Amino acid sequence: METIAIPAINLAPIMPEIILSCIAMLLLLVNVFVPSESKGYLGVLSLVGLVATAASVVSGWGQPVAAFGGAVQLDNFAVFFKLIFICSAALAILISDKYVVREEINHGELYPLILFATVGMMLMACGMDLMVIFLGLEVLSISLYVLAGFNRGSLKSNEAGLKYFLLGAFSTGFLLYGMALTYGATGSTKIGNIAGFVATNPQVATNSLFVVGMLLIAVGFSFKTAAAPFHMWTPDVYEGAPTPITAFMSAGPKAAAFAAFIRVMIVAFPTLKHDWTDLLWILAVLTMTVGNIIALSQDNIKRMLAYSSIAHAGYALVGFTACNPEGVAGILFYMLSYTFMNIGAFAVIVLIGKKGEANGNVQDFAGLGQKRPLLAAILCVFLFSLAGIPPTAGFVGKFYLFSAAIKSGYIWLAIIGVLNSAASVYYYLRVMVYMYFKPSEEDFDWVGMTPAIAVCLLLCVATTLVLGVVPGTVLELAQKAVQF
Amino acid sequence: MLGAYLPILVLVVIACLFGLGSVVFSSLIGQKKPSKVKLQPYECGCEPVGTARERFSIKFYLIAMLFILFDIEAVFLYPWAVLFKRLGTFGLIEMGVFIVILFVGYVYVWKKGALEWE
Repeated sequence: METIAIPAINLAPIMPEIILSCIAMLLLLVNVFVPSESKGYLGVLSLVGLVATAASVVSGWGQPVAAFGGAVQLDNFAVFFKLIFICSAALAILISDKYVVREEINHGELYPLILFATVGMMLMACGMDLMVIFLGLEVLSISLYVLAGFNRGSLKSNEAGLKYFLLGAFSTGFLLYGMALTYGATGSTKIGNIAGFVATNPQVATNSLFVVGMLLIAVGFSFKTAAAPFHMWTPDVYEGAPTPITAFMSAGPKAAAFAAFIRVMIVAFPTLKHDWTDLLWILAVLTMTVGNIIALSQDNIKRMLAYSSIAHAGYALVGFTACNPEGVAGILFYMLSYTFMNIGAFAVIVLIGKKGEANGNVQDFAGLGQKRPLLAAILCVFLFSLAGIPPTAGFVGKFYLFSAAIKSGYIWLAIIGVLNSAASVYYYLRVMVYMYFKPSEEDFDWVGMTPAIAVCLLLCVATTLVLGVVPGTVLELAQKAVQF
Repeated sequence: MLGAYLPILVLVVIACLFGLGSVVFSSLIGQKKPSKVKLQPYECGCEPVGTARERFSIKFYLIAMLFILFDIEAVFLYPWAVLFKRLGTFGLIEMGVFIVILFVGYVYVWKKGALEWE
């Protein structure tokens, strides 16, 4: 009996995933074997794991390696995105320590779940095979469903978990059906082979199976990026989920969805580029407009930031519509800066909040400017950045996205984007008006800074400002990352 | 190309017609002599006790989920066992990794007390 030939296996490209999975499993075991009321040490361990993973990711920069028959590829694009995911996970863990104690949900499972979600995101960023991308998405989504409903005692958190699960499972169905149809039309799930098949058989490009497959894949990813009209789940899930998890979801998983979306569209469907850029044009305009207009009327700050995160997905879609190297580099840069400015803003919300998710309204920020001037100033930096006002990272990111759109000839798209950005200033400034110009009804005695949140705020403020003042180095890295 | 699927369509149509036909014809032409016993819901031949829509303890669901998880593990073990010699050391290592990962889950579940009924 002859042995089955085993292809050469190169584990180097998935080393980050292996390291992080092992750490996450270790944390699960440590959590049950070490009896301790305080779970802070798990946070420290997971941060150590994330740093080790980051070190392993960085080693892939500049030397793309493919493995598993081309199913995964660790290239600059993947490295850049993986670092964004690691940053978002680390920042979310930093702001969790105070929150979980206050809300009495100090269960050790939080940290392994965040790490598993990060593993899923990393697989999505380096997947060159639709199946790997799908598996990554599932690992990410299932962890997120649990995380969204992590506060078992809270009705809103339960609602968030269940809604996210039902709608997420539904959208996954769309995505998987699209992948199946694409496979049916081209005979491969490897995104490189799909494009190769269409190049040698041009008639496939008009095959309805192929076109519908592409559309369904686009729908699935649009859901995950929370692009209108597939954004309905976002406000409820973001509002109900525990605040650190909301911060995490709005940064990491959104970037992961963009990573897979961009790679699949650009590598697998270059022949249909004119069709999907038209589609993205509509999605971008809808997403920006819907997000910003509804955000104007929100009082709950988490809900407001949920709509604002929809709008930010719209800005990123502008760069995607442009579909030139500048646009994609703009998305990379924007996702990085959005991670820091948005999680920073959520860190302040965690500090201001009270038990039971109380104090989550814009009105509760009244008088913060007088009582806690430093904290208010820090929140201002994040809000200015989200609104896209110089000298912050948000401005530079938007500038690159819109200029990429103009370069590709989408003048109107850029104009609509700028108008939307102007409208968004209203609801960000509204928070500042409450902070500085309304009398305080509370004394903010409970706002106790912890070292972890202080580190998180410091990192976020520093990155937001540095990326805004000297964006050159990071932008150069982003441009180098746009070679598939 | 779709023509190849025609036999499947025919099969589906026949299956539906057969199912519907049996029910419709037996209700149309069958004899009906209802009695109290005949109209009772069938419950393994026993006398029915109480409603069928009881609430179950959530523990049943937990046990069912865990059962499925570890049951699937066995499903993966069978093909490996059949091809054990041909897969060689590589297969052994891969299966080892798989089982270690499952074992971590098992230990976690055990220590969490999910396997205890009370």
